[in-house]
Amino acid sequence: MLHMLQKPLEAQKPSRRTFLKMSAGAVGGLVIAMNLPRAAKAAAGSSEFAQPFVHIRPDNTVIVLSKHLDKGQGTATGLTTLVADELDASYEQVAVEFAPSNPQVYANTLFGVQGTGGSTAMANSFIQYRQAGAAAKAMIVAAAAQKWGVPAGEITVSNGVVSHPSGNSASLGELAGLAAEQDVPAEPVLKTPDKWVYIGKSFPRLDVRNKTIGAPNTYTMDFQRDDLLVATVARAPRFGGEVKSFDASEAKKMPGVVSVFQIPHGIAVVAKSTWPAIKGRELLEIEWDDSEAETRSSDAMFAELKDMTAKPGLKVREDGDVDAALEASARVLEADYEFPFLAHGAMEPLDAAIQFDGDTAELWLGSQLQTVDHNVAATILGIGFEKVKINTLWAGGSFGRRAQADSHPVAEVAFLAKAMQAAGMDPAPVKIVWTREDDMAGGYYRPMSAHKVKVGLDENNSVTGFKYNIAAKSIIKGTPFEAMLMKDGVDHNMTEGAHDTTYALGVMNMDQTLQETKVPVLWWRSVGHTHTAYVMETMIDRIAKETGKDPVALRLELMKDDPRKANVLKLAAEKAGWDTPAPEGRHRGVAVHKSFGSYVAEVAEISFREDGTIKVEKVTAAVDCGTPINPDNIRAQVEGGIGYGLGAILRNQVTLVDGVVEETNFDTYEPLRISDMPEIDVHIVASNEAPTGIGEPGTPPIGPAIANAIAAAKGEWVTTLPLTKAGLV
Amino acid sequence: MSVTLKINGETRTLNADPDSPLLWAIRDELGMTGTKFGCGIASCGACTVHWDGVPIRSCQTMVGDVDGAEITTIEGVNGKAAKAIQAAWNELDVPQCGYCQSGQIMAATALLSETPKPSDEDIDAAMDGNVCRCATYARIRKAIHVAADKMEG
Ligand code: FES
Ligand code: FES
Repeated sequence: MLHMLQKPLEAQKPSRRTFLKMSAGAVGGLVIAMNLPRAAKAAAGSSEFAQPFVHIRPDNTVIVLSKHLDKGQGTATGLTTLVADELDASYEQVAVEFAPSNPQVYANTLFGVQGTGGSTAMANSFIQYRQAGAAAKAMIVAAAAQKWGVPAGEITVSNGVVSHPSGNSASLGELAGLAAEQDVPAEPVLKTPDKWVYIGKSFPRLDVRNKTIGAPNTYTMDFQRDDLLVATVARAPRFGGEVKSFDASEAKKMPGVVSVFQIPHGIAVVAKSTWPAIKGRELLEIEWDDSEAETRSSDAMFAELKDMTAKPGLKVREDGDVDAALEASARVLEADYEFPFLAHGAMEPLDAAIQFDGDTAELWLGSQLQTVDHNVAATILGIGFEKVKINTLWAGGSFGRRAQADSHPVAEVAFLAKAMQAAGMDPAPVKIVWTREDDMAGGYYRPMSAHKVKVGLDENNSVTGFKYNIAAKSIIKGTPFEAMLMKDGVDHNMTEGAHDTTYALGVMNMDQTLQETKVPVLWWRSVGHTHTAYVMETMIDRIAKETGKDPVALRLELMKDDPRKANVLKLAAEKAGWDTPAPEGRHRGVAVHKSFGSYVAEVAEISFREDGTIKVEKVTAAVDCGTPINPDNIRAQVEGGIGYGLGAILRNQVTLVDGVVEETNFDTYEPLRISDMPEIDVHIVASNEAPTGIGEPGTPPIGPAIANAIAAAKGEWVTTLPLTKAGLV
Repeated sequence: MSVTLKINGETRTLNADPDSPLLWAIRDELGMTGTKFGCGIASCGACTVHWDGVPIRSCQTMVGDVDGAEITTIEGVNGKAAKAIQAAWNELDVPQCGYCQSGQIMAATALLSETPKPSDEDIDAAMDGNVCRCATYARIRKAIHVAADKMEG
């Protein structure tokens, strides 16, 4: 955890510098984007084609190397689709593997380091992976031309078969060795969209079969070796707490427990298997030092946030004198919002495995920021970057949780492996398993936040001014990302989706105040949009009601030069039958929001049960994420994004009492269940624009769409989440 | 103490502590990792296995209680209902991260074995204990209906 890593971070200074150097290398990353990294052509006699993103084996399998983690978003399949399309491989012959950690080759071209997040996987790879496929195809064709003594221009490739009108034909695998010896084209020519065979056509996901038979070696949790040790870590119950003293004698007596070590994050119990590691930890006697810890309750932290929003803060946006605009208005609408801490609650709790022999280290984990994980491991172990190998495994969800600036799960396994080595233990692999309680009470939450909004309206019902003060802890401040992502001390991640709105709202000013707390916070599926979309889209609905306008019509009127947003809004409204009354007993609400380059509009239809609680019956969504690479996967991501947001809006919050987390498992942090899931109808806009994000954009509109549906029935907007607090769930 | 049980048709002996959860014996001792750990408190269903065909939470079933039992895990689940469920799951691309899906498939298979033509209410009742944080619920529901049709056909 960040707060616990203060000491180790001191020791990690070189890591920080290396990281920044790599970040500065972002420019290099961009160069990579334009010029496909490529292996030198192979020497004669090799039978395999091995370029950085594509391997073609003599057995005719085509392996695509995914530089991105796939944590459920279909990324690995998406990247494979791009290569397979340009290469004209058959669906049956392609497979995907995760690429090694190597920022020179596999950087996210938008980050400059290797990593997945911000719904950028397709956006940053769309050209790169197609170029990789096109280059491979050109080399295959050149090989066939050489072998058959015919002009390359007469050769065609279709569904994995290379052929010439003379009757010659071969598989990709048969030509792989000879193809590897060909010159790598500097500027591979890409297909025009009319020639695409897979892009836009719902290529079935490559990971589904394994995930329906319980295949081994899929997730980190399943990592096995004969000599594998399993560890749990007792971490401070309060964020920022430290071990004062501990007694492990009883824990060590537990059968199966091998040893106990103190690491900067707490006390690690190492055992032969998982259960003794879990039970052995319960026998530890630990005295904690809470002198530096967060000991407040979340109520007190909310009170502080509310005070912060009542005062001026850092200027995020300043159109002019908003106070004067409000003063001169005929009416002013005011609202205060509160959003709680949220846990990610990915289905696979956190975990990571390592093997360290004193000189080299190998790690296995669902690595979301490979370069950061790699650096942190190398630095803690005191070995060179090249001495560390990261094996990326499929992740059982993340929603942001596996992308930490401090790589704390990796730091823990590295410190533990180092301690085991120092104690003279054999260099056995060791896996740290987080229980659900560890994961949920372990912090790195979506920040809690308070928002104060004032909107001015004149006699003609025009918006004159919009004053928006927000207070929360910054996700970025104090991390190595600060230099890249913060400007003049302002965290724009926190206000994305508000300060950059395309609604014309008169004089719009936005201030932010950053809360200081030891509770670590992190991006949670859609980051700042999780709260800004809710505030903006419910306020717009209030303005509609106040001015007697239709919510869809008002949005279209206020939106300036935003045709794609207008388009999804109109499409969702049309498909939901917005212009016709809702069915008996149902109420509709609408919201539209742009995030991660994509536009999503959602119309929610709700009903009320006899006890006054709500049931979300149906959600109609329209999405424009540029060129749809895989429409069925886009639908899946919008369905999942809506479900993920809905669960949180209905009943999720992490609260603290005297600094201790109250909700530690799914009994108290009640997740969305199948009986809560509405019918979801997703419509995708046809587009030739560059592809943009889809993992996150489905999430932001669902909260406000539901709040607006509730208001349509009750005349009031819920401003404190989750909805359980208003007795609606 | 050792416990003998039949797992996926094979007789196996477990040397685990009788008070330890069946889940960890299956995963760590028998090396079958298809059955997942999600919560450890019977709140998520990721660890669902069949005991004589009935879905149970292996995280809250102790090794000492399964002496002589017949246990089926995702690795061994078979038969008409299981095949139809797995085929429908593939047809509809149900999984996202996939971590919950072993448990979903075990629960759905048990449902179809008991109730070959389940209503939406039957599905809610049988599947509400199985959490999917990726919220693949709409497809799970649809796939169960598709599998039911397959079993009929
Ligand atoms: S792990 Fe058994 S129900 Fe969650
Ligand atoms: S598919 Fe990810 S939890 Fe269900």
